[in-house]
Amino acid sequence: MVQLSLPKNSRVQSGKHWPAPAGAKNVRSFKIYRYDPETGMNPRWDTYDVDVDACGPMVLDALLYIKNTIDPTLAFRRSCREGVCGSCAMNIGGRNTLACTHGHGEVPGKGVTISPLPHVPVVKDLIPDLTLFYAQYASIEPWLHTTTPEPQKEWRQAPEDREKLDGLYECILCACCSTSCPSYWWNGEKYLGPAALLHAYRWLIDSRDEATGERLDDLEDPFKLYRCHTIMNCAQVCPKGLNPAKAIASIKKMLVERVV
Amino acid sequence: MTETSRGLPERPLSPHLQVWRWHITMACSILHRASLFALYVGVLLLAGWALALASGPDHYACYTGVIGSPLGKLVLFGITVAVFYNVAYIVRQTFWDLGKGFEPKTANLTGVVVIAFAIVAAVVTWIIAAATGAI
Repeated sequence: MVQLSLPKNSRVQSGKHWPAPAGAKNVRSFKIYRYDPETGMNPRWDTYDVDVDACGPMVLDALLYIKNTIDPTLAFRRSCREGVCGSCAMNIGGRNTLACTHGHGEVPGKGVTISPLPHVPVVKDLIPDLTLFYAQYASIEPWLHTTTPEPQKEWRQAPEDREKLDGLYECILCACCSTSCPSYWWNGEKYLGPAALLHAYRWLIDSRDEATGERLDDLEDPFKLYRCHTIMNCAQVCPKGLNPAKAIASIKKMLVERVV
Repeated sequence: MTETSRGLPERPLSPHLQVWRWHITMACSILHRASLFALYVGVLLLAGWALALASGPDHYACYTGVIGSPLGKLVLFGITVAVFYNVAYIVRQTFWDLGKGFEPKTANLTGVVVIAFAIVAAVVTWIIAAATGAI
């Protein structure tokens, strides 16, 4: 359902301001979404004035700097700090991306606004609840389906068939794309979203997979696939430079081609 | 406030439209929806015109009076833009259906082209209409 405004318990109120230490020269303010489930209060925007000369270049560096030196209660996920794990996906300056690979200098405007991935339930601060997202990924059965007897060594694949997986297998399931999609915002319960569909296509065109027909049958549904209206936010924000919109179009094409 | 079974308050929904910095492709998509709505209005106006025509000279004069007023002309111009926007957007969608034009840079460019075409084509149409004395 389309609901443009936030529900009552989700409206963000203004919060605390943490001024920069005296003597800081290069100060930039970071406006960060805070929500503490223990208090039962609405979320709030806290502003931290950070001496950017004192911290590293990435948004994640700034978040760690805030957590270590200003406010230890700030909660966010992070692990690899090099764009491989997808844990630190969040909305930075109005766009979804990974905090570890996005420089705070790249964010336009005076300050840097950071909120959790859009239109998902918030566990705490910048930590989203991605249960639905993972369930949708599981629903496309992201593993090799075969009926022929298993070969003695491995399932072989020609280099040109392997090449078809390029631009698909690199996905790290950070959820930047799915949570950027207005169609997913309004129909997230029924529409699979860009990430799950990109993975669906990754198995559809795998030369070793023998369940292409069943996979296509499962996607031929007014909501699961066809809620994609090529708004293109997914491809615009993917931190790995992948193109879920194109993968979705390729699935639609496969569905047409198998009929004609 | 509603509570979950664990006694914690229900999780808030993270901000979406409230924080999003729009892409041109996103704006094009919602403009397409808006233009479709404008076309519905256009069809209603056309039906009204036919109805007025059938109801006799008095009604017809009244109808043309309203539609010929500055406000009526503004609405008509808006519908002209919507018609051309739709045509151009459908051409863009046809390329997408063929699997082409999905790179963000290309999609941004074609988005700008679609908007520019709609405005220029509508203005040209109105200039031609004015030159031929139709408005």
